[in-house]
Amino acid sequence: MTTTEPDISKNPLDKILTPSQSPQLQTAIVTVAASLLGVLIALGISAFILAVTGKNPVDAFTTIVETAGNTDKLVEMLDRATPLIFSATAVAIGFKMNLFNIGVEGQYLFAALISAQAGSSVNLPAPIHVLFILIVAVCAGAAWASIAAVLKAYKNIHEVISTIMLNFIGLAVIQWLFESFFREEIEGNLNVKTKLLPNSGRMPTIIDGRLSTVFFLALLVIVGYYVLVYRSRFGFRLRASGENPDAARTVGISARTMVMLSMIISGGVAGLVAMKSLLSEAYAYGPNATPIQLGFAGITVALLGRNHPVGILLAAMLFGFLDSASATLQLAGVPSSIVRVMQAIIVLCVVILNEAAIRRLNVRTAEQAQAQLAPEVNA
Amino acid sequence: MTATDAGSVTTADPASRFSRPQRLAIQALVLLSLLSLTRMWTGFDNLTSSGTIGAALRLTVPILLAGLAALWSDRVGVVNIGIEGMMILGTWFGAYGAWQFDPWIGLVFAIIGGMIGGLIHAIGTIRFGIDQVISGVVINLLALSGGRFLSELAFVGEVQGGISQSPPQKRGIPIIDIPFLAGGDLFGWDTPDMFGWLEERQWFLLSDLAGIGGGLTGGVSMASLLALAMVPLSAWVLWRTAFGLRMRSSGENPWAGESLGVNINRVRYQALVISGGLAGLGGGFLSIVSSSFYRQGQTAGRGFIGLATAIFGNWTPSGILGGAALFGYSEGIKLVAGGSLTGLFLFVALIGLTVTLSSLVLRKQQRALIAAAVGVIAWVGYLTIAEVPESLTQGLPYFITLVVLATASQRLRPPSANGVPYRPGEAH
Repeated sequence: MTTTEPDISKNPLDKILTPSQSPQLQTAIVTVAASLLGVLIALGISAFILAVTGKNPVDAFTTIVETAGNTDKLVEMLDRATPLIFSATAVAIGFKMNLFNIGVEGQYLFAALISAQAGSSVNLPAPIHVLFILIVAVCAGAAWASIAAVLKAYKNIHEVISTIMLNFIGLAVIQWLFESFFREEIEGNLNVKTKLLPNSGRMPTIIDGRLSTVFFLALLVIVGYYVLVYRSRFGFRLRASGENPDAARTVGISARTMVMLSMIISGGVAGLVAMKSLLSEAYAYGPNATPIQLGFAGITVALLGRNHPVGILLAAMLFGFLDSASATLQLAGVPSSIVRVMQAIIVLCVVILNEAAIRRLNVRTAEQAQAQLAPEVNA
Repeated sequence: MTATDAGSVTTADPASRFSRPQRLAIQALVLLSLLSLTRMWTGFDNLTSSGTIGAALRLTVPILLAGLAALWSDRVGVVNIGIEGMMILGTWFGAYGAWQFDPWIGLVFAIIGGMIGGLIHAIGTIRFGIDQVISGVVINLLALSGGRFLSELAFVGEVQGGISQSPPQKRGIPIIDIPFLAGGDLFGWDTPDMFGWLEERQWFLLSDLAGIGGGLTGGVSMASLLALAMVPLSAWVLWRTAFGLRMRSSGENPWAGESLGVNINRVRYQALVISGGLAGLGGGFLSIVSSSFYRQGQTAGRGFIGLATAIFGNWTPSGILGGAALFGYSEGIKLVAGGSLTGLFLFVALIGLTVTLSSLVLRKQQRALIAAAVGVIAWVGYLTIAEVPESLTQGLPYFITLVVLATASQRLRPPSANGVPYRPGEAH
């Protein structure tokens, strides 16, 4: 069983997202158009929900538009987009190998705890200290993801099931490690955390503390993602194996190796999700200090951005912007919780419209190809 | 797990003189004897007390319903990651209905809430053909954020209500004692409490049986009985009716079903709505029976444990009941014992010993070795570990599921077209 290559994808035609068989430019135009239409429809549905529940959708949208004119809010948008860029990139790397990494949640929380603990127990000069923490975080995230990678590559356990289970196992392990070993006892302090990072392990904030410099690291990661997946030999092999593992295998690309590598790289990037919180906000890991649910948010951002680096960046900024608008909405008398509902509806609409558009495009491309062939056949 | 291991004495084995139900009964009896032995050895009477079993039942029901929800959708070939979200919808709508009207109406609301989630999943995956896992993930997010949004509209400003919590309900679902068995009323006559009397005697095995019987018949919510009835009902519909046959054909080979005139898409719509309804009922149970209000995060991953039990229970209703009961019992004992689970190490050690001996008799050396190793580890654990960290036991159901998947996957038989996209007329 372990010696032979497992049948990782029973049917290579089953893709998480339908691949396009049309020219690149055409696909890009259709994707952008379908996504924009999807966002518009989702905004319409959200307006309808607000109207039905007796709130004024016009108020809500004017507030959101006004927010866009506020520079502070735009900076906040970039700040909020930072962790989403990491988690969406992590998810997207999996998608490129046709793997659905639902486990980003567990991977980044595990990495946050381990790197917080490691970072606070060493003393190093400033840039090396930060680098050390980042490396530990990447390794911890990759290590946690490697469990799912091994289960997939050697036992053929579907990564969706294993990463869901590993998320919960991770929560238990994290809580145990934190409660038993890593928490710092401070009298009368209910907001328990690990030991605070020394100044040398922190990353500064700019623009009056509104924007964490970790944002630039996120930009770096997304450029790295582009180079790795679209411009490198590895990326070519990854995409080839993800699109057709059987064909890739005939030219010597092992699906098992690709599953292992993509899952581990995905986990490594996931390890960076909590770095904004750790390096420039809380300076520690804590159940109440470290943000949760970012892994699931990353899935939605990756889907919205169609796994493309530019798409991910824009999608993360859209979500960051909506999040930053929620406080203003509350002031305008609109329930701020509508923002999260809106985000879920946006993703649903964009995914549905893109699937429909790409399928229709594929049909048209096939018809055109046939029409070109037809005269020759008739002659 | 050990129970299924012991159950692997296949029919090809010359040593199996018994039919499958007989074997299961013998295994159950052996397990119970070991549990009883553990109880008497450690003096930890709560191991099989009616209180523990009652708590275990209340904790089992939501997992069971989530597991059945997974069964119904997996059996028609649609992966349902959105069960957690459908349960959240159930908790919210259930609590709203029970608070505004009546607990029974609350349960109906919960079922409808879950069904809406199931319908969204069906429309997304069948009508629009989006990936089943994506649809499930989005439903989870939609339910989580939707619950918060609806609470902001309905509960904020009410007494004890807020954005993450509903006001408490005034009445609950009636709780009953079965006459004679658990001393319930019969036309105003206070019948004797048979199980209670037996349990107090502290006899080997008999008192344990009585404790389990007492927990299952005394102080039982009528909603629990309703939930338990879903197990035979699901089995009957899926395996004994033409409707169920069509459903299973959709999960095994939709193209074959299609060629025989089954409207696969309609069958999938129906099954997903039923799946959502079951998940919603599970959520309603949490917010109406287990507690008396809705709270954000109330489902606490039970939808995912339900998915796990479907795998664990090999996609059969009885297997799912078994898996849910195992998870419910381990949670219940934790609740009653308050963390001191060390007695269970002794129990596992005893199981290890028994399996080792029986495997040696049956000349299954490999299994004997594994069982012996597990037994020794558990024995060392019993002697050395004073208290099991509460945090680690929370991860146990998920860990067991992964272990089962990694070790016993050959014995599991999922519906073969589960998760495979289907479009009418596109035969593979």
